[in-house]
Amino acid sequence: MSARESAVTAPPVTATIMDAAASGDVLLEARGVTKRFGGLVAVRDVNLDIPKGGIVSIIGPNGAGKTTFFNVVAGIIDPSAGAVEFRGRKLIMRPRRTWIEPILWVAPSVIVVLIALALGVQNGGDEGLAITGLLALGLLITTFLLAIIRPPWYTQLLARMGILRSARPNDVVTAGIGRTFQNIRLFQNMSALENVLVGMHIHLRSNLVDHFASSRRQRREEEAAAKRARELLRLVGLREIDDELAKNLPYGDQRRLELARALASDPVLLLLDEPTAGMNPAETSAMTALIGRLRKDLGLTILLIEHDMRVVMGISDHVLVLDHGERISEGTPEEVRRDPKVIEAYLGTSAS
Amino acid sequence: MTTTTTVLSARPSFVETFQRLRLGPYLFVLGVAAIDYVVIGPNQFVNALTIGAIYALVALGYTMVYGIIELINFAHGDVFMVGAFTSMFVLTQALGQDGPIDSPGMLAVVLFINFTITMIALGILGAAIERFAYRPLRHAPRLAPLITAIGVSFILQNIIQIIYGPSPINTPQVIDPAARVEIGGVSIGVVNIFTIVTAVLLMIALQMLVSRTKIGRAMRSTASDRDAAQLMGVDINRTIAITFFIGSALAGAAGVVQGLYFGNIQFTLGFQAGLKAFTAAVLGGIGNITGAALGGFVIGFVEVTAGALGFFVWGQAAVFAVLIITLVFRPSGLLGQQLGERT
Amino acid sequence: MTAANTKLSRTPAGGPGLRGRLSDLSSRHRSIAVIVGMSLVALVLPLIVLLPPFSSFSGQTVWMDGFTIAGIYVLLALGLNVVVGLAGLLDLGYAAFFAIGAYTYALAASPFTGWDLPFWPMLLVGAVVAAIFGILLGAPTLRLRGDYLAIVTLGFGEIVPIVILNSSKYTDGPNGIGGISPPTLLDTRFPTTGNPWPFYLTMLVLIILSMIFIYRLQDSRLGRAWMAIREDELAAAANGVNTVVTKLLAFAIGASTAGLAGVFLASKLQTVTPNLFRFDVSFTVLAMVVLGGMGNVWGVAVGAFIIFMIQSVFLKQLNIFFNNVQVPILSDIDFLQYQFLLYGIALVAMMLLRPEGLFPSRRRRRELHTEEDEVFAEHGDAMGAAPE
Repeated sequence: MSARESAVTAPPVTATIMDAAASGDVLLEARGVTKRFGGLVAVRDVNLDIPKGGIVSIIGPNGAGKTTFFNVVAGIIDPSAGAVEFRGRKLIMRPRRTWIEPILWVAPSVIVVLIALALGVQNGGDEGLAITGLLALGLLITTFLLAIIRPPWYTQLLARMGILRSARPNDVVTAGIGRTFQNIRLFQNMSALENVLVGMHIHLRSNLVDHFASSRRQRREEEAAAKRARELLRLVGLREIDDELAKNLPYGDQRRLELARALASDPVLLLLDEPTAGMNPAETSAMTALIGRLRKDLGLTILLIEHDMRVVMGISDHVLVLDHGERISEGTPEEVRRDPKVIEAYLGTSAS
Repeated sequence: MTTTTTVLSARPSFVETFQRLRLGPYLFVLGVAAIDYVVIGPNQFVNALTIGAIYALVALGYTMVYGIIELINFAHGDVFMVGAFTSMFVLTQALGQDGPIDSPGMLAVVLFINFTITMIALGILGAAIERFAYRPLRHAPRLAPLITAIGVSFILQNIIQIIYGPSPINTPQVIDPAARVEIGGVSIGVVNIFTIVTAVLLMIALQMLVSRTKIGRAMRSTASDRDAAQLMGVDINRTIAITFFIGSALAGAAGVVQGLYFGNIQFTLGFQAGLKAFTAAVLGGIGNITGAALGGFVIGFVEVTAGALGFFVWGQAAVFAVLIITLVFRPSGLLGQQLGERT
Repeated sequence: MTAANTKLSRTPAGGPGLRGRLSDLSSRHRSIAVIVGMSLVALVLPLIVLLPPFSSFSGQTVWMDGFTIAGIYVLLALGLNVVVGLAGLLDLGYAAFFAIGAYTYALAASPFTGWDLPFWPMLLVGAVVAAIFGILLGAPTLRLRGDYLAIVTLGFGEIVPIVILNSSKYTDGPNGIGGISPPTLLDTRFPTTGNPWPFYLTMLVLIILSMIFIYRLQDSRLGRAWMAIREDELAAAANGVNTVVTKLLAFAIGASTAGLAGVFLASKLQTVTPNLFRFDVSFTVLAMVVLGGMGNVWGVAVGAFIIFMIQSVFLKQLNIFFNNVQVPILSDIDFLQYQFLLYGIALVAMMLLRPEGLFPSRRRRRELHTEEDEVFAEHGDAMGAAPE
């Protein structure tokens, strides 16, 4: 827990999460997640519970739908059906009637204009028209801003009207889920330190006025953030590379940097998409050890995607096996290893 | 869990089948066109189709170039303008025409020569622009070729202005603009029919070229992954040059038609038309050839309708309003890929 | 936390480290650098034009008026640099915000409306109005991918002059609005002819302030978020950056700078017409940003100055120049006729010679020509990963 407590910048994430009524020990609950791309069903009706503090892995051959499922959980793609609950709050669901939302933006202004016309403004002269116009414009700007900033009550209003969109990727981060990508997606032309600082973005509180004034508050915050970012870099085992551009780092270090960046948002749940892809055996075991340590030291819950079984077997508490988008097995690593369906899926696909 | 299985296990429902055919955008445009027909009447309707056909031809060039090198080729509108002037030059100087030609055989020969020369000349111009202004910048930052495109646009405009002067000049309408035929009780100008048919034939030819031939395959593979295409032995430079050639030749054809239909041309023609054509390409889903054609017709309709309803000066504004509204609802255009994020 | 005991004060040798090292002290020093640098430039320019090659074209007053207008373009380029260079959003209709700022002041302080609101607060109002329009345009469209945004902004840039042109009742249409009040300071109106210094110095202050603010934004968490979005929008979102709000801020800040420039333009020219804000203004400003070196504040400012001088002064003075030096053939050519041609050639040539701009930011320079050596992840196949 020490790292979490040393977060100097902002109140811990736990305080910002809305519903304290977390459902028992289950941190994340996916129900009936389905995703279709055109005619192809990439993920079909997958359920998954991630207990607090656990390491859950999803494995499966190439094209099993692991990454698709993962992206649904991360809020990057909307599911065709199903929902994901995080800490008892519905985070991601199938978006419904999203086209209504743009209409909602203009509806208030149109109503104002119609009411004004009904009251006979057009006969009243320029002033009435000007006031109506300003009122309509003001409402338009307000609704636009609301739609962009999305305060919680706006989201809830949309939910009540049945036109909610899924959480955006950044909402998912704010809720306490951090992630890495399968093919590393660092900010290539930013330094390692800056990459981690972007990860801390949601915890930095300086605003436009601070930016313009270059206020002391902002400077203190930035210094603290940089200190914390360096700590995170050390934590994942990166030294002496703070000012190196991300793209100049060796491959293994890029993976570590991405991990540090994901940790910077102080996540409760960490999603790792093939963290050892492209690594040699030595790097792989180092990374596996690091993941285990993160769980222990930071109290993180981890959802891992892998198709390298050796990684998974070592550290997972619970394994879900997907093939062709469907769940074919689930259980402890031992159970899964012995499941004939799993063996068939792996050998079957590789034999064909 | 139970609710989803019912949806999935059953045969694809009617709605699903319908969605898979992706006819929605076409039906939408057809529906709008039908309503429009009632609003603006048959004459303006044909007018809209004609103008739409010209925009569509220009839009094809934008969409092809964008599809293959992700460049907004700002000079393309001016290439179209140069096409109109080239056509005028061919007609007046090389063929000595100054008005309607009565004999159909003669007319066909003149038009054939005019189209051939203009399209080849413009194709070469387009390929040359690519060679000298864009190819050296292929590995430069993305905006660098955009600036040279703007520069090329200024150059083309100024050259034409120097040669032909700043005011509009007349171009021979070799198809008699007064000639009309009766189709289904509606009298339609021959030149309208000619324009629409030419445009549609060229679009079909382009579609065949892209989908059926070897060079079309090279273009598609270059568009989807340039490096991989190169590794597979596709000559990237040649493919891109051919794309520019074809796109500019189509703009040349549009220029010919523009002169035939409107009868006068001006050096500023390119920017406005180019803007609308590019809007058409985006509206249809940039990079998508059918989309560009569809978008061109939509823009034609919007513009003519605005004019017919007495809002002529707002035509341009209406075009962009339609674009913005379309993009709010379909962020990738009418036929664009609804791109999932690649991770 | 075991790994915390590290060398925090490591000083790397030059290069990337310079930025990090400076960031502690940056803002104060950078502001001073901007003030000193710009003041020097402002002092030197009026003196240079007294020297022979320049003095033969026109007097100091005319030159300084030209510099003041060039300053407006510098301001525009600085604002567009925030949108294009920092946040990576392609805005092709930037002149619209310029027009909105100019007409805001024109309506607020001219005989056309009969109002005469003071200049200084109107600078802010113009900026705010332009920013509001930026938000109105950006809100529905910023979700679009990069090049779709480009066409929407291009369209907006076309619509605004059309609207101004056709709403004669409110803008006097093509005639434009004339008789706009010049600024007043300490009960003295700025002289519109003769003494060019008041406008010149006001412009200087505006540019200095904009540069300082933009540098500060660039170094803040907002600037970092812009950079992240430019690099990889999806990754930025997946790290908690609210991409829509962040992009919208870039749009609004860019627009407000243009609004500022517009108000100044209106007060300087005392007249505005829709023709001042056509698409070629947007394109020219974009060319200034790209040629100056995207993302580099000083580079963009210098690039804007150079392009403005080429376009509006050099090409127009070629006739006088060649007449003066008496080159036989060249002095017979009417260069005014060819100015757009030459301008186009200049744009193409400069771009071909310096694709990364005249003064690329250090960061940008490094990102060039290194696309090839991307690392591709090797994926082990399912066979290797199969259970025993």
